[in-house]
Amino acid sequence: MEADRERAAIRRDALGIAAYAAAFGASFGAVSVASGLSVVQTCALSVVMFTGASQFAFVGVVGGGGSALAAIPAALLLGLRNTFYGVRMAGVLGVRGRRSALAAPLVIDETTAMAIARSTRQAQRYAFWVTGVSLFVLWNLGTLAGALGGSAVGDPETLGLDAAVPAAFLALLWPRLDDATNRAVAIGGATVATALVPFLPPGIPVLAAAPIALVAGLRGRAPRRAGE
Amino acid sequence: MIWTAVIAASVGCYLLKLAGLSLPESVLDRPDVHRVAALLPVALLAALVAVETFATDAGLGVDLKLAGITAAVFALLLRAPFLVVIVVAAATTAVLRAIT
Repeated sequence: MEADRERAAIRRDALGIAAYAAAFGASFGAVSVASGLSVVQTCALSVVMFTGASQFAFVGVVGGGGSALAAIPAALLLGLRNTFYGVRMAGVLGVRGRRSALAAPLVIDETTAMAIARSTRQAQRYAFWVTGVSLFVLWNLGTLAGALGGSAVGDPETLGLDAAVPAAFLALLWPRLDDATNRAVAIGGATVATALVPFLPPGIPVLAAAPIALVAGLRGRAPRRAGE
Repeated sequence: MIWTAVIAASVGCYLLKLAGLSLPESVLDRPDVHRVAALLPVALLAALVAVETFATDAGLGVDLKLAGITAAVFALLLRAPFLVVIVVAAATTAVLRAIT
């Protein structure tokens, strides 16, 4: 009964995320085509790359007149944090071999945040898959609509969606922040990353938070309520 | 040229995701690795929230996004449900942008 209610809540939250992801997908599609990529190339990025920050960075470099090959490291740098999410999700999902190849595309900010917001292994897995699949569908539909619609697509910023994204991650992180270790690591990560923004290319400041988790994890005790 | 870059970057991003998931169980089962893995998304997502709030094209800056995030924090302190928090953040920023 309780589990059913939690599942319903997870589906509702996942749809909320997927809804604004559709708007960003449309914005990505429009920006990508305006940057000189074809509709098919644009959709290929959303299907195969499927990690928003990397995609925007990729078309940003191409659109900025840079060599297309220079767009590769820009995308990879922003995609590197998914590797760290993968380390966490490996323990949550318990997938091996072919199934991990299937789960891998879905290892992104949103699915990880939705999973760690839950307290039981079952709910974490459910949150990962439901968020991943609904996001994948709507992100790609949004991309296609934006690529075809071009300039007819509105700016997500007029709807305040650029504030919705960090607010969503903050809300998903919130239940974890009643643990002192988590709170210290979160504040440390946020501070270090923000301080580095003016000096480093996009992607690296967020990665700079990883060593804080490393140091805290190696020195400290396990956080309570980690959902294990 | 663009296709080469699209494919290389996309496959690269996929492999980065797969690499994390493919850490062998013997490594994941170590208590210290376990603790670090639990803390990684906390550190990275908190960093992401901060960077998305304060990063602008010209480095660091404050715009109406911050008002939306601040409203979201109040909503969280009042124990508002997830979707309400998102709507509060977006609506606050959107309304302030419309009237300024």
